[in-house]
Amino acid sequence: MEFFLQQTVNGLTLGSVYALIALGYSMVYGILKLLNFAHGEVYMFGAFAGYGVLTILGGSSALVVPVWLAIMLMFGAAMIVSAAIGVALERFAYRPLRNSTRIAPLISAIGASFFLQAAALLMFTANSRSYNTPSLIAIETGIPLGPIRVWMVRVLVIVTAFVLMILLTLWVNRSRTGKAVRAVSFDREAAAMMGIDVDKVIVVTFLIGSALAGIGGVMVGLVFGRIFHLMGFVAGLKAFTAAVVGGIGSIPGAMLGGLLIGFAEAYTTGYISSTFQNLIVFGLLIVVLLVRPSGLLGRPELVKV
Amino acid sequence: MSSDQSLLSLTDVNTYYGQIHILQGISMEIKAGELVCLLGGNASGKSTTLKTILGIVQPRSGTVTFDGVDVTNKSTSFRIGNGMAIVPENRRLFAPMTVLENLEMGAYLRSDNFEEDLNDVYELFPLLAERRHQLAGTLSGGEQQMVAMGRALMSKPKLLLMDEPSMGLAPILVEQSFEIIQRVHRAGVSILVVEQNANMALSIADHGYVLATGRIVLADRAEALSQHEDLKKAYLGR
Repeated sequence: MEFFLQQTVNGLTLGSVYALIALGYSMVYGILKLLNFAHGEVYMFGAFAGYGVLTILGGSSALVVPVWLAIMLMFGAAMIVSAAIGVALERFAYRPLRNSTRIAPLISAIGASFFLQAAALLMFTANSRSYNTPSLIAIETGIPLGPIRVWMVRVLVIVTAFVLMILLTLWVNRSRTGKAVRAVSFDREAAAMMGIDVDKVIVVTFLIGSALAGIGGVMVGLVFGRIFHLMGFVAGLKAFTAAVVGGIGSIPGAMLGGLLIGFAEAYTTGYISSTFQNLIVFGLLIVVLLVRPSGLLGRPELVKV
Repeated sequence: MSSDQSLLSLTDVNTYYGQIHILQGISMEIKAGELVCLLGGNASGKSTTLKTILGIVQPRSGTVTFDGVDVTNKSTSFRIGNGMAIVPENRRLFAPMTVLENLEMGAYLRSDNFEEDLNDVYELFPLLAERRHQLAGTLSGGEQQMVAMGRALMSKPKLLLMDEPSMGLAPILVEQSFEIIQRVHRAGVSILVVEQNANMALSIADHGYVLATGRIVLADRAEALSQHEDLKKAYLGR
């Protein structure tokens, strides 16, 4: 029981982070029908932005400001840096190709991904860094959950992720711009005919999706400690898998997919072996696609006859 | 109702898709309060004319003037904000959004309160009030046509553009649809109807233009056009 709970909390933590990254993937796909393969790098830069702020503030063991303030500033910096990179990607890597063939922006995305990885290598070197979170928030702190104790950092990550997901859902369903995002996702030209500034809506989508990925980066830094310039690759791939499992383009789908992948990974690591972790995760993808090609919550492609 | 004030005018408009010369020197005018129809067969340039009026495609030469402003190089948002609205071909509703959300998208550029206009739309189409929380994609064709009309009216347009309102509708619904167009027109909205169904369009229009392979080949008062020998042969099936 204790072990099971532990793995469940692990899964929930991982899943929350995957969900945040998957949301950006899915929103961008929804609006542009583009797989933004550089999204993982946007997340990686978020993690480094958080690390940078932490270092400037004295590092985790000699912090010059209160811990809560430091964490808020780290999240803030990650959001700004990631959002800026996301918007720049849209402006320089994707917008010029918007009316080109469908494969062109995809290639551009892969190129942008390599570019950002190389930029990170030059800026941060190939050494991995550590947030060294336990000296920031002691490992003994936490909320008791039956026989186990959930570390405060995990609580923070899970709660923050769920609050953000709820806020995003409300925004997309209730706000004027959120509705415009849905309208543009469904039919860009019809949205333009309503006077919606499509370019602006696309920028807002990149901005929000990238900011969420940046927050995800800081979360991974906080929980798992280690960050490095290639961390975006596997995380991006998993978030992409999460988005597809949930139904790409669907916001609740990305959340569900992210959590599922998180749980699958945690239980595999706990009960089978961490060696099989990726096998199970991508196996899950194949099974879901075989049974429901448009994902768990995705809209089936309508075929007009 | 009719005044001499020009609401929309196209002057010698040439529009290209890549190398293909689609609109070849189109000139037309809609006066305030008029109901004008633009007739033409497949690939005659009707949709391109509408897209040029809305600014979705830019003409290579010529001018588009709307409500006293040269809008040739202005964005679609600008034109909608200044009083154009469109009921697109095949309606183009936002299917996964509710009826109410579709109507709200029609009022996207408005910063004032549009509660009253929403009620006006519900009064015009009582069925939409009942179905306002239903997803637009689940409605029947006739109901969707109402949403598309309502959505366009939510911006309080001076000029309503209608792209093939009869397309894909049962004959009884086509008649209904044209009755509604007349009602909206009587309420003071100028309308441009683009149609293949020439009989129906000419029966309600003040003026008509006939488009063939990117040129205006006939332009006259609607009654005169419906008696025109060439048109009868080509479009009216008489």
